[in-house]
Amino acid sequence: MTNQIIQGILLGGYYALIACGLSFMFSVMRIINLAHGSLAVFAAYALWWLASRLHIPPFFGLLIVLPVMAVIGWALQRFLLERSARGGALLPILTTFGLAIVIDNMLFEQFGADTRSLAPFIGSLSYDSWEWPGGIYVGKLAVIMFATAVILLGGLQLFLTRTRLGRSIRATSEDPDTAGLVGVDARRANAIAAAIAMVTVGLAGAFLGMRATFDPYAGAPQLLFAFEAAVIGGAGSLWGTLIGGIVLALAQTLGAQVHPQGFLIGGHAMFLVVLFVRLSASGLGLRGLLRLPSRSGS
Amino acid sequence: MSAVSTSPVIERGTATSRIAAIAVALIIALLAAAPQFLSAGAVDRMTALFIYVILAAMWNALAGFGGLVSVGQQVFFGLGAYFAIRLADAGLNPLLALFASGLIVGAVSWPLSLFMLRLRNGEFAIGMWVIAALTHLLVNLDRLVQGETGTSLISLNVYDAGTRRTTIYWLALVSMTALLAILFGLLRGSTGAAIRAIRDNEDAAASVGVRVTGTKRLLFVLAAFGIGIAGALWLATSITFQPKTYFNVQWTAYMIFMVLVGGIGTFEGAILGAVVFFLIETWFGGAGVWYLVGLGAIAVLFSLFLPRGLWGTIEERFGLRLLPVGYRVRLPGNPAAPADDGTAPSPQTTQHQEKA
Amino acid sequence: MSLLSVENLVVRHGLLQAVRGVSFSVERGETLALVGANGAGKTTLLRAIAGAHQPAAGRVLLDGADLTSVPSHSRVGMGIALVPEGRKLFVRMTVEENLLLGRTAGRPGEWSVDKVLEMFPNLKPRRHARTGYLSGGEQQATAIGRALMSNPDVLLLDEVSLGLSPLIVDRVYAALQGLIASGTTIILVEQDLNRALSVSDKVICMLEGRIALAADSKSVSRDEVTKAYFGLHRQKAEPA
Repeated sequence: MTNQIIQGILLGGYYALIACGLSFMFSVMRIINLAHGSLAVFAAYALWWLASRLHIPPFFGLLIVLPVMAVIGWALQRFLLERSARGGALLPILTTFGLAIVIDNMLFEQFGADTRSLAPFIGSLSYDSWEWPGGIYVGKLAVIMFATAVILLGGLQLFLTRTRLGRSIRATSEDPDTAGLVGVDARRANAIAAAIAMVTVGLAGAFLGMRATFDPYAGAPQLLFAFEAAVIGGAGSLWGTLIGGIVLALAQTLGAQVHPQGFLIGGHAMFLVVLFVRLSASGLGLRGLLRLPSRSGS
Repeated sequence: MSAVSTSPVIERGTATSRIAAIAVALIIALLAAAPQFLSAGAVDRMTALFIYVILAAMWNALAGFGGLVSVGQQVFFGLGAYFAIRLADAGLNPLLALFASGLIVGAVSWPLSLFMLRLRNGEFAIGMWVIAALTHLLVNLDRLVQGETGTSLISLNVYDAGTRRTTIYWLALVSMTALLAILFGLLRGSTGAAIRAIRDNEDAAASVGVRVTGTKRLLFVLAAFGIGIAGALWLATSITFQPKTYFNVQWTAYMIFMVLVGGIGTFEGAILGAVVFFLIETWFGGAGVWYLVGLGAIAVLFSLFLPRGLWGTIEERFGLRLLPVGYRVRLPGNPAAPADDGTAPSPQTTQHQEKA
Repeated sequence: MSLLSVENLVVRHGLLQAVRGVSFSVERGETLALVGANGAGKTTLLRAIAGAHQPAAGRVLLDGADLTSVPSHSRVGMGIALVPEGRKLFVRMTVEENLLLGRTAGRPGEWSVDKVLEMFPNLKPRRHARTGYLSGGEQQATAIGRALMSNPDVLLLDEVSLGLSPLIVDRVYAALQGLIASGTTIILVEQDLNRALSVSDKVICMLEGRIALAADSKSVSRDEVTKAYFGLHRQKAEPA
């Protein structure tokens, strides 16, 4: 049992990785990107392609894929989200949903229905484990994944509080109009935030491919995991996503103990329970739930 | 707009709309008689079209009028089919089961609405998707369904193929007409004013005493009921029930496509969108993956460049209104100006603008 | 050449014309007070100068350069800073962070966090407090400090005394006097007519989006301004 809990916590690291980009984009641009999961799967495919065709191992492949993801994020914000967000809060949902359908089916067209994995390209890392005191074995990959999540969240936190660019992004997220009046280029800040979010998505995609298999339509469940972890943890708070990821993973682990099909059910049920408790407690709806102050102005 | 002494004229319909009303009656009569002339394949396709119209109109009711964009409406589609299977298995007449199933879906959606309607925008959208995913998993646990293997509505086999086909055709036609009539009645009635107020500005509507949550709940339950019926009808046409097919997010993707292309928040737009989708599917459905890529891409393009859809744009351009759900004020001094009656919000107050 | 000039500026909010053809100019080192009733268009005018509203017609010139199509964040870099009505601080960020944001545009100059804290000593102990928790006076000081941090040539102040106790207002204006003395060009919107007249070189009274009166603050009588304020002072016949 202890073993399962530890595995669950480490899996939570993956959910934190996939959730932090979603949460970050939501807190800065107030947009929930429904193509989030599909873009992670896209990154996984890109790494798979580099590894299987050009023999570039995934960890080196990241050096290519992450900058590409950054560019994609920037372009996504500049050409799609910026325009669509001008039409109100509902339109970006439709735009990004359409985008997800395009990405999923393009991947299907390009790579077919076969499931793929990056595991064959990372050598023994995919199955090596360390023995911890008490006869507990933890996978090296799972530990690396968790450590990456912690480093990434910590790094983002430092970036947002200690750098001029980070402050500009936070200011834009609070009030884009006033940010402009103090000299912040809100469009640029949003585009950079989207680029950063997509880099985290690229990392998440890499670990998705290394720890499991994926297929062209694997984006939707990743989006749901990301959303659930972000909401459980209280989106908008970076470390919250780590807690949310861990809670989600533990609920799934517990569900799998109860019933063979219980893994996903456990996760979804936990999400709804947390949501229900918070909504009943706050009485404020999700705005209160996410601890976001209402934006001044329109 | 300077004051002219003559008082403005308030109309419900226009000359065009009166002609349209007669045309609608004619079209329905023609459609009712159509199975006499159409081939078996064409009858099946027309049944599919009616189901698409239901899906589009119901999603539009929720998103276009209630301001609630859901990507989880497949939950009601799947449940509609599932409950029909369950009721038929319990011995209910299969045709009766289709309708009863819709009612149960509507009933189930009410407690769900208490919870889900407290989420906003994107949270509501994905929250519904989570509900759909969870429901799908739970339905899979039912022994009758046998997991992803699925089951069939075997009891429909008591009817011979020809009778079954035309009966389902008529059922679909009746369901579509009835659901559209209910929606039209809602929009024209006192609830309609509340719905339009919410669509244009939810906070302002609430501040002048519009029952925002109650109205949204009504739309949510109506949409669930309608989509449940659509799912049950789809089951009747295809007989087999595989949870994966019915709880597929693709259904919501179709709904979004139809409404975005047709014109979100316009009554006629959803119908137009369903027809467009039907034609595209008929012509390009064989193109497989590229067909789906195309649907997604068109949805993205419409959301970016023509967010009011085909009908919204036509309405705006020509001031045309076939099935008027609102009031129109004509100022005698200024006949050329397209009067704003709430159904054609000016660009500053499109239905998508939700003041956050 | 005037430091800042506004030529026939028209700003619309939807169908409403908030500013209807306003022209004036401000010389370097001058202080201009904008007065007028609520809804007269003062705030809109100020925000249009800062670039927060796109004008429907007319121009804004800084040192002769046309700013009309320059976005607000670039105007900060060119030397225009606004202290917005209602302060509009970033409430989830600290005093220091808010001040540092003022540096984003990166104009060289004398202002630093320490210098702002010297000017407003009451902020010193609150340096690392989130601005959401500050008192009104402390918030206003932070807002002014944030604008100063961009080392502006023209400082636009929108109702800095709004919602503050008279004692705090005195303090804020004492600080402003220091700025004026040091030669900073200021345009301020102020409801308190006496204060507006005493602090400024020139006064403009707005009425329904137009200039009802433009005068020298030292020579104009309070009565004259009051008349303009209430629209009893129409110099020119207005089109019906």
